[in-house]
Amino acid sequence: MTAIESTNAHVHDLGMPGNPISAAIADSVAVSGEKQTALKAKDLKTDQEVRWCPGCGDYVILNAVQSFLPSLGIAREDMVIVSGIGCSSRFPYYMNTYGMHSIHGRAPAIATGLAASRPDLSVWVVTGDGDALSIGGNHLIHTLRRNVNLTILLFNNRIYGLTKGQYSPTSEIGKVTKSTPMGSLDHPFNPVSLALGADATFVGRAMDSDRKGLTDVLRQAAEHQGTSLVEIYQNCNIFNDGAFELLKDPATGTQWTIPLVHGEPLVFGPGGASCVVRDEVGGLRIAERNQVDASEIVVHDAHRNDPSYAFALSRLSSQDLRYTPMGVFRSVDKPVYDRMMADQLEEARAERPADLAALLAGGDSWTVS
Amino acid sequence: MTGITPGSTAPAGAAVDAPSSAPGGLVKSVVALDRVVIRLAGDSGDGMQLTGGRFTSETATFGNDLSTLPNFPAEIRAPTGTLPGVSSFQLHFADHDIMTPGDAPDVLIVMNPAALKANLPDLPGGGLLIADADEFTPRNLAKVGYASNPLEDGSLDGWQLVSVPLTSMTTDALADSGLGKKEAERSKNMFTLGLLSWMYHRPTEGTIRFLERQFRRKPQIAAANIAAFRAGYNYGVTTEAFAVSYEIKPAPMAPGKYRNISGNQALALAIVAAGQRSGLPVFLGAYPITPASDVLHELSKHKAFGVRTFQAEDEIAGIGAALGASFGGALGVTTTSGPGVALKSETIGLAVMTELPLVIVDVQRGGPSTGLPTKTEQSDLLQALYGRNGEAPVPVIAPRSPGDCFDAALEAARIALTYRTPVILLSDGYLANGAEPWAVPIIDELPDLRVDFATEPNGEDGEFLPYLRDPETLARAWAVPGTAGLQHRIGGLEKADKTGNISYDADNHDFMVRTRQAKVDGIAASLPPTEVDDPDGDARVAVIGWGSTYGPIGAACRRIRASGRSIAQVHLRHLNPLPADLGEILARYDRVVCPEMNLGQLAMVLRAKFLVDVQSHTQVRGLPFRAAELAAVLQDVIDGTTGTVATSDSSSDTPAQTGAAL
Repeated sequence: MTAIESTNAHVHDLGMPGNPISAAIADSVAVSGEKQTALKAKDLKTDQEVRWCPGCGDYVILNAVQSFLPSLGIAREDMVIVSGIGCSSRFPYYMNTYGMHSIHGRAPAIATGLAASRPDLSVWVVTGDGDALSIGGNHLIHTLRRNVNLTILLFNNRIYGLTKGQYSPTSEIGKVTKSTPMGSLDHPFNPVSLALGADATFVGRAMDSDRKGLTDVLRQAAEHQGTSLVEIYQNCNIFNDGAFELLKDPATGTQWTIPLVHGEPLVFGPGGASCVVRDEVGGLRIAERNQVDASEIVVHDAHRNDPSYAFALSRLSSQDLRYTPMGVFRSVDKPVYDRMMADQLEEARAERPADLAALLAGGDSWTVS
Repeated sequence: MTGITPGSTAPAGAAVDAPSSAPGGLVKSVVALDRVVIRLAGDSGDGMQLTGGRFTSETATFGNDLSTLPNFPAEIRAPTGTLPGVSSFQLHFADHDIMTPGDAPDVLIVMNPAALKANLPDLPGGGLLIADADEFTPRNLAKVGYASNPLEDGSLDGWQLVSVPLTSMTTDALADSGLGKKEAERSKNMFTLGLLSWMYHRPTEGTIRFLERQFRRKPQIAAANIAAFRAGYNYGVTTEAFAVSYEIKPAPMAPGKYRNISGNQALALAIVAAGQRSGLPVFLGAYPITPASDVLHELSKHKAFGVRTFQAEDEIAGIGAALGASFGGALGVTTTSGPGVALKSETIGLAVMTELPLVIVDVQRGGPSTGLPTKTEQSDLLQALYGRNGEAPVPVIAPRSPGDCFDAALEAARIALTYRTPVILLSDGYLANGAEPWAVPIIDELPDLRVDFATEPNGEDGEFLPYLRDPETLARAWAVPGTAGLQHRIGGLEKADKTGNISYDADNHDFMVRTRQAKVDGIAASLPPTEVDDPDGDARVAVIGWGSTYGPIGAACRRIRASGRSIAQVHLRHLNPLPADLGEILARYDRVVCPEMNLGQLAMVLRAKFLVDVQSHTQVRGLPFRAAELAAVLQDVIDGTTGTVATSDSSSDTPAQTGAAL
């Protein structure tokens, strides 16, 4: 982790050696010893009883995250998990890091302020489909376009669980729920398409129960500089059980899942019988492999700067999950917001050092004697 | 306290100089005045705010005391020449200390018929009226419904009318500037400023420097404006239209360094200073909103001081990001107006629950809803005090003058950092845009705002208890992410005492609700005794106010005292918690009057807290109180209380507007 910049290094008259945040952290290390980066999964567990429903997909995700995070080599103290409201947003209480369980939909905004002012931290947002896409939709898209250094885990169970079963912005049209007895009239969002529309620099998708696939996407997301959005399909076994069964069931999953591997041809299905090719109008379509020439098969390029390819990939999905690309859709380098903000501070300081007395006096002062 | 000249009308006074000879043998005299109120009015596009601002700077540099009242429409450019497009700037300056921008102008400068129509009712009879004759065209007259030209039809005979072709004199002066007629005409405000600078003996170097700086990339425009400014000045020297110029001596002020400052500027500088005095990085999360945006603009210039400014996607993200930064150890600040506070309420509640420092600036404007965006009001007090779900106590403080915004904002930061709490600072449109001379503070005398971050476990078993409190302030431990061994989780769910873990326990909730309240109530112990201004010492009526009414109330009290009556003035900085001695103070008086620019919000709080029969006097016109009107109200109360009538009469001829008590 990088050292915290001393934003107020010139304030020597208060007798403070640089930034009080850095000083406090240094003092804490003197008391408690160096922050440990060689962690095990159990080091990330808290003494709080996990209170999700038995069988909830959130348990699987929590376990996967706790198992995977130590491999990043980041101290617990340097990780912050910010969440909104909803079942998924209880996540921070179960992680032995710094955390804030905030307000419905607002986690990306709160995390933006934290990450922008503390580039030394690894900041994560845990959110759900209602939290991120309904009440917090605005913050999500603006965070993505700014490219703040955050990793956003969006648990998508296509239902409101904590409020006991209303349809969500990712529920399929016609969905019968407590608030839609005759079926939902809303067209759902495709979260990956939405993120790409906001020009997100990293967008991935994974399945709660697929430990390997999930870990792989999480690792790439964590390593990405800028905002990473990972949509995690998560089963709510109480209010929307089996929502992703088509993909989870080995018998059908292979048929409908399109694994995204950078640099590899987009071939999938039993025996690799299906593939992705370009269509006539600039998009992508599914084809049977024996119907096309091998050269026509699209080779996945997650680093393509133009987001329209990744967007076309995301549009292969239909609401019934028939054809679901899984993996990293897009991962491109772009200047990171918090870094640029810090650079502007540096630049301003280089141009004219801070002088509070001169600032207060302004340009047109006069003296009465 | 001397030199009050209530309602002084047309500039008049004793000639101090023998008539002097101007070029061309013209004889001009200089008249001494103790104070004057000038109002400049024109179309939104005429640059009245800029002209007023420059005249203010010249006046401040000269050493007069001053107070300003900019008044402009919410529309950036309403249709040219129409009443809704009229923008004005009023400046009161004097050779003694003054408290308000003046009830009515002595001098009115109008740049077109619409400005005349909108402002003439405020100009007392006999007042000096200067009009740009060029703009009184049949078309412009028709736009505002003048059947004939008032400059020529005798309808202005009750005033000292000076009709001057300001526009054509400006274009004549710029004939060789290389600018087109339209462009040249835009400098007429500088011509006018030049004329006024001559008329009131203002220094001119500052304006010339300002124009050179402002247009440094457009030297032709800079030269034209300077030429117009000088032409206006020289016109004053040579014309027969103005035989008299006026001198207002500098006001006596305590020794020290001064500058002219607006409320929004002072507020922004205080936030920078708070960062420096605490050593913490400042993070401002804000969304553009009138009349608060200037604080965002000003702070965005001060990145060298470690100030990060974040223009968020909405009001909620603005405060959310500020709170996130506070969690990380920054001084989080968000600036807005009333509608924005409504949107931020839920996050203010989260800050109450997470007990993190946060400064919320509400530059109040006329409400409800979008209301009157560019006009002033004090109607967010109850929103600030109570506008949240649950028992969510938040300290609330208010500045009393533009310069006082500096001290009030530092006090807000002190409370936020010391007690780990969100604090609402209630400024308003009048303070935000109004300006006054300000004694530049000495850095070492500013409050020390250093904080103690938690750096080690504080529990008996070596654990970290984020909700363990300082026994004196009840502030919780503040450990920033990155601190070794102190990782913890906070959030909006009810906290267990000490551990901060989620708790739905009934007794714990009762305890925590009362503890959060006790923490805020306890701030009162850190406040100095309330100042009561009662120079005669025998007042039986007290007037109590808060925020920007300080000037008009103070000026009204001076009038009352000048009339031989006594009155006590109390002006509150802290609205939550209220000062500990306030109830006892209010109980001393036979009557307590509370003037407010709302329908009696503080009056209701005082009645509820202290069982005092507060008499509410209210006005919601989007403008500050007039001192004369307030004085009349106070005089009625005093005379009704004492049963005596004082000898002299200071009441104005304008009837006071008495609002109903809430």
